[in-house]
Amino acid sequence: MSADRQGGVNAARRQFVGWGVAMAGATLAPGVMLFDLAHGRAPEAPASASVRWGMLVDATRCAPDCNACVVACAKEHGLPDGTRATDAQWIRKVELKDLRRGRTLAVPVMCQHCEQAPCVDVCPTGASFKRADGIVLVDRHTCIGCRYCMMACPYQARSFVHEPVVDPKPDVPRGKGCVESCTLCVHRIDRDQAPACVEACAAAGHRALVFGDLNDPGSEIAKRVAGYASAPLRPELGLNPGVRYHGL
Amino acid sequence: MTPTDVNPRSEARRYWGLVAIAALVVLAGYAAAHTMEVHGHAVTGMDNRIVWGLPHVFAILMIVAASGVLNVASIGSVFGQAEYKSRAPLAGLLCIALLAGGLFVLMLDLGRPERMIVAATHYNLTSVFAWNVFLYTGMFAIVAVYLWTLMERRMNRWSAPLGIATLVWRFILTTGTGAIFAFLVARPAYGSALLPPLFIVLSFAWGLAVFLVAQAAAYAWHGRELPEAIHARMRRLLGVFVAAALYFSLVQHFVHAYFAQQQAYERFILVDGSPYPLLYWGGFVAAGSAAPLVLLWRRGPATTGSTLAAALLVLLGAFAWLYVFIIGGQAFPQPIFPGYEVRSSFGDGAIARYVPRWPELLLGVGGVGLALLITLVGARAFAFLPEDPAASPAAPARGSAD
Amino acid sequence: MRRAAAFVRVALLVAVGAAAALATGLEARVPRPAHAPPKGERCVEDTDFMRRNHMKLLTHQRDRTVHEGVRTRAHSLANCVDCHAGAASRSVIGRAADGSEGFCAGCHAYVGVTLDCFECHAATPRPAAAAVAKERP
Repeated sequence: MSADRQGGVNAARRQFVGWGVAMAGATLAPGVMLFDLAHGRAPEAPASASVRWGMLVDATRCAPDCNACVVACAKEHGLPDGTRATDAQWIRKVELKDLRRGRTLAVPVMCQHCEQAPCVDVCPTGASFKRADGIVLVDRHTCIGCRYCMMACPYQARSFVHEPVVDPKPDVPRGKGCVESCTLCVHRIDRDQAPACVEACAAAGHRALVFGDLNDPGSEIAKRVAGYASAPLRPELGLNPGVRYHGL
Repeated sequence: MTPTDVNPRSEARRYWGLVAIAALVVLAGYAAAHTMEVHGHAVTGMDNRIVWGLPHVFAILMIVAASGVLNVASIGSVFGQAEYKSRAPLAGLLCIALLAGGLFVLMLDLGRPERMIVAATHYNLTSVFAWNVFLYTGMFAIVAVYLWTLMERRMNRWSAPLGIATLVWRFILTTGTGAIFAFLVARPAYGSALLPPLFIVLSFAWGLAVFLVAQAAAYAWHGRELPEAIHARMRRLLGVFVAAALYFSLVQHFVHAYFAQQQAYERFILVDGSPYPLLYWGGFVAAGSAAPLVLLWRRGPATTGSTLAAALLVLLGAFAWLYVFIIGGQAFPQPIFPGYEVRSSFGDGAIARYVPRWPELLLGVGGVGLALLITLVGARAFAFLPEDPAASPAAPARGSAD
Repeated sequence: MRRAAAFVRVALLVAVGAAAALATGLEARVPRPAHAPPKGERCVEDTDFMRRNHMKLLTHQRDRTVHEGVRTRAHSLANCVDCHAGAASRSVIGRAADGSEGFCAGCHAYVGVTLDCFECHAATPRPAAAAVAKERP
């Protein structure tokens, strides 16, 4: 190749790379994206089983004295402050101490969004159900408040609303007499936003919560789950939860 | 007290007084449920850890006994024992009454009882509760038809097949009651395949105990004596059922205590998790099983007093067993992080305390009141009292009392 | 024959009288609901349709939203509340200082149909900033 042509090719390549970077930057720039934006679903389209939403909790990054995820969840959903045994808690920080080795750590625990959810199996009216994209929800129009799902949940993830609700949040209808639990912020996911706890953890600088589509091999969560050891809680139950823990 | 001594007027006054008391108890139960509905379950002692409390203890006791009380009828209709045949109508009435009482408590304890129509129109067929909608309504229907075949002379020849149908249905129903808990794989207290058979055997003991109490009350009311032979047979039968129930329960704990992963729970429930060990050993084993066995199987003449005492003790033991089973099973924290000491703002790792409050106690008692009310009204309206072959002259005619 | 005619006359008289009494009585006892005008130019469907069918829309659309995640703006309850919440009371069930009733509560009280949506759903409009960007009619 002549020097002339080489220079031309290099210039063209440089320009191409330059444009590419600029375009990529313009695409990715809007906000810190904590999960893959390619899942933008049209609002009139139903949720699809090709997606499986999941969360990875990195216990090595979770700070023992931090409550950001719990506070953010309570604020997002209008939950009470969690001081009474009848107060609903959709996510809670659990402090662990290894009895024999003395190691201490803390992790958040919320609804694990199991693939074979016991709460879905036992609900008499089908109010406890799993959406096509893997999120386990309570249809509060159908819930009769029998609390059988609360007995069945292996993770103590469900709460019952013991008092009339005053001033519910517009995005989170909730009322007395129904059972509820973490919705993976379904109202936010459907708007292509990350769950409140994930955002709060990132804002607090820990980034212990990773959210995304487990079925998308290119998503951060799928890559981390494929590359590093992680396990669900109570794996012997065979429920295949969408929430996995690394570092326990 | 012979029949001729009974003054119809005072008997009527006593009867209606009893009905009034039962009705008031039912009303109190309903008022308690209304409070729970208006203010939410925060007025009760139930919370996010103890989600099923005292009302469920009452309800399940009544529902299990409802199934078991039909044993008396089955021995008559299915196994052809004549003196039990005449007792079948009373057993059927008690079944309906107890089932109604249990369901009264369960349905009013729901977080949204006004959504009963939703429960009747939306079914998730993997849920025992959904099956129960059919099993319980079917039980009412089958027992009603069975009673008709027993009491309508032209239909008597159908009482045997209906008796078999009733037997099969109540076995399925009680298996379902046991399965409610057996399917809860997550909790160390439940998730055992032994539970449905255990509930069947418990139903035999508790149902017969209820029948004996009702029979004793009815006979005393009408001044009749239970023939010795029948009395002796029923006592022995209760003893057998109590012994079997005790065996099943002890075996369940014995086997579970063998598994390392179950030992923490078994130690809690049997040794140091106050008040559950006291309720189990003192309430169920000693007062509810051993004492009745002594009363029922000892030598010497069998008195109606000792039979009644044994039956009441069995029911007390039933209450204690269910309290330990339902509430103790929830009080123990779930083993989400085995090998770790666990603490959280949601009660993880901690034993949950349960202090029942008035609304849930009144609701439970209200269900018992309803069962009593239905029994009183039914026994007055129809000829439910057993006709014994060698019995004393018939009780005062029903028409005379009002 | 004459008795039948007389009977019919009396019956008609009674019926007309009762109707008249009821009509005037009703007007006097239960005033028609007066609620603040909703925001925007028009509703997602026209008034006659909404009067007859809003309950059907709510019942069926909510299943699609909850179970399938379909969140179109046209049949979103939160969107209804955004427009129909009175400017003064900022609520579809509360009363405003000027005496106008909430849009939903006023008519429901008038026709005597229990309204329990707002035991769980917010009766107040969403904050403008959080108005959802991703909804389409």
